Amino acid sequence: MQQQGGWIQRLLRALKGQGGTLSGLLWAVGLLSLPALAFGADIAPAATTEYRDIPYIGSRNLVWVVAQLHLLLAGFVLGVPIFAWVCEVVAWKTGEKRYDKLAKEFTKLLTSAYATTALFGGILLFLLISFYPKLMNYLTDIFFPSFIVYCLLFLVETATLYLYWYGWDAMQDGGKKKFHIFLGFLLNFFAFFIMIVPNSWATFQASPVVLAEGSDLARAWAATWNPTWWPVNIHRLIANVVLGGYICGAYAGIRYLSARNAEERDHYDWMGYVGNFIGVFGLLPLPFAGYWLMREVYQYNQQMGITLMGGFLSWLFILQAMLIGVLFLGSNYYFWLGITYRIPGSELKYRKSMLSMLIILLLCLGVWMTPHSLVASLEEARKMGGTHHPLLGVFGVMSAKMTVSNLMILVTFMSFIMYWRAGKEETAGWAKAAKAVMNSLLVLAGIAVVVLGVWGYFVPAIVRINYFSTSQVLIVLFVMLTITPLTALLLKSAKTTTEMVWGKMPPRAGYALVLNAIMVILLMTLMGYARSSSRVHWHVYGVLRDSSQYAFSPALGYAAAIMALNTFVFSMIIAFIFWVATMSDKAKAPHS
Amino acid sequence: MGGSLLKPVILIGIVYTILKFVVPNIPGSAPLPASLIFLYLMLTTSGIVIFATLSGESKDAFWGPIQRFLTGENIGSLQVLRYGVLLLFPLIVGWQTYHSTATSDAPPAENRTIHPAPPGEYTGLSNPVAKTPDTIQQGKGFYAAFCSPCHGGKFDGKGPAARGFNPPPANFSDPTTIAMLQESYLFWRIKKGGVGLPIEGMPWKSAMPRWEVELPDEWIWKIIMGEYDGAHQSPRTWE
Repeated sequence: MQQQGGWIQRLLRALKGQGGTLSGLLWAVGLLSLPALAFGADIAPAATTEYRDIPYIGSRNLVWVVAQLHLLLAGFVLGVPIFAWVCEVVAWKTGEKRYDKLAKEFTKLLTSAYATTALFGGILLFLLISFYPKLMNYLTDIFFPSFIVYCLLFLVETATLYLYWYGWDAMQDGGKKKFHIFLGFLLNFFAFFIMIVPNSWATFQASPVVLAEGSDLARAWAATWNPTWWPVNIHRLIANVVLGGYICGAYAGIRYLSARNAEERDHYDWMGYVGNFIGVFGLLPLPFAGYWLMREVYQYNQQMGITLMGGFLSWLFILQAMLIGVLFLGSNYYFWLGITYRIPGSELKYRKSMLSMLIILLLCLGVWMTPHSLVASLEEARKMGGTHHPLLGVFGVMSAKMTVSNLMILVTFMSFIMYWRAGKEETAGWAKAAKAVMNSLLVLAGIAVVVLGVWGYFVPAIVRINYFSTSQVLIVLFVMLTITPLTALLLKSAKTTTEMVWGKMPPRAGYALVLNAIMVILLMTLMGYARSSSRVHWHVYGVLRDSSQYAFSPALGYAAAIMALNTFVFSMIIAFIFWVATMSDKAKAPHS
Repeated sequence: MGGSLLKPVILIGIVYTILKFVVPNIPGSAPLPASLIFLYLMLTTSGIVIFATLSGESKDAFWGPIQRFLTGENIGSLQVLRYGVLLLFPLIVGWQTYHSTATSDAPPAENRTIHPAPPGEYTGLSNPVAKTPDTIQQGKGFYAAFCSPCHGGKFDGKGPAARGFNPPPANFSDPTTIAMLQESYLFWRIKKGGVGLPIEGMPWKSAMPRWEVELPDEWIWKIIMGEYDGAHQSPRTWE
């Protein structure tokens, strides 16, 4: 209050010489506020409101839906600029105009979605302030400095996006293009910070670091740099690329299905391929990031770790396995369809390889989806001697899950390599040796991953987590980092035997792209629920308890219904945004 | 109707036979619950559909007969069968829906959380007893006296009293049980027993006694060391 008094006095002193206008204004304000004083005189000081609710829907449900929609939109808006910019750089470096057109198309989708994201962010903020004043007071008290930083970041990001989008055509040549590319870099630079600043608020709620003393800045910084902040930052960064890639793929799939002429079919077939490629590119390292995050959660708090991985939320990870499995199958299916339809004559050559890959993927998925505790009737459980199967129960723990996820990543990577090599004949003298090396590397890597996985059952958990799982990841990364440049080198001198034909994919390829996007959206809604529910009855874990009527974890079936609702609403919003954004394109397109 | 449809049907039949009749007869195995068999069959079916639709020819060979049969296009004498299928299919769906929603006297499927999250006050605990050959030996002695009747002298969950319990006592030599947990978790479970399971651990099916009324904390910590050593497992740690 003293501070406020001083501020008013300073203001009055400053206004002293301003004459009658300002005095009149102050008088007017005073008169207008008299009725408020009259009301206020009769009212006793109100007790602090901790929670507010909304009838029928419930405050928690509303915040859940709006927060998830905001997060999904934000994931798309922050993921798309990454590959839009990469496409623009590729176009600039190689001179291939189609990449520039693609980058522009991605950015058009981004620009349309940006305002909606901000709108949902605003709605979420109002809802949080209204429904959870106690929590928001607490968070504001800690994160006040980063709130300001966030506002500033939003301003510069918006300005950069406007310049990037509206300046696209005007900045096409020479130095202007370089400046435009620099703008794209800035867009991503600011976007990264726009992502990690709110991540600090959310991760603080799960793994808080609270300083009892210190300046505002010191407290905010300590709270920001909490144990799960960076694992979530990395995980979300990759997941945003995956989400953006698959959604752009789905957009291309729908545009392909509704294409009116051969040019459109060619373009959207190619765009679908790029979208799927970006999605897969992000999908490959995503399980590693997820594993790191879960490890940090477990290490931070055993209770939270067990709630997620062994407790009532552990079923979510079986659902997650199913969704990721469908995503892997869908992505590979799209690659295989590409080999069959875009490279005529390749189907017979690669059909056996596709079958082998499919069998490995299905076997891996079978292991990944096998729960540790099975759903069994009383009779079945009695026959098994509990809900844990004596033989297949070993598939239910992390050693098995890590092994099969690594194998699925390897197979998907090889699908891509196969697609890349299809329709080409290597002419280099060392091609045979290179192929032998690559095949040996792949087989040895697969064996090593399985051996480490099996061995993982016989060593202490910390050895498995710190050394074996890490080694599995490094082996897979090594294979990818070795085979990719080797293949590129091999194909540099290769002879094209069959030209790639665009626009010939069957309709099911377009549907596969849409399916992948839906899977990734469902996955994000699922993990959003897992992250939030792992705090159980705490707003800020172990620090600020949830004392509202909603201080309980919703049942999994109920949660699944809300996740499905979020997925549906988000898909509708995105479909609407894309429809609006491309309305003029469709009007311009000639019929075939 | 073509061989393209026959192969998938045979494949699904083989997978079902293996899961239903072969796996349970492997030594040390047990029958699989219907939920898991269903899951694996769904995967097999997905694989068949994916592979069959990879090219236009294979898709036509696979889907063509189904489509012709369902639309009744040139199927001759199979028309009666078609009407039968078209009539039977909604009836099966209706029957299935009825069975999944109708009240029944059968107990519901178990969805038991074997490892519910421990209360916060137990999560930060570490074993206060120094790990020496003597303390481990003492722990094994306490284990033999209090735990082995159920969990077995070989730490394999096959003690003389084990047969009386459903679910059976935990098998500590299985690398998917205590090796996944920290010592503090075992301390909580031994101290509080089955009656101390949280809501998350419903339907609270555990005959584990509440040992805190009989044993001092120090003995419990020693038992934990003895269990890990005897079962040749190590507790989950972060160092």
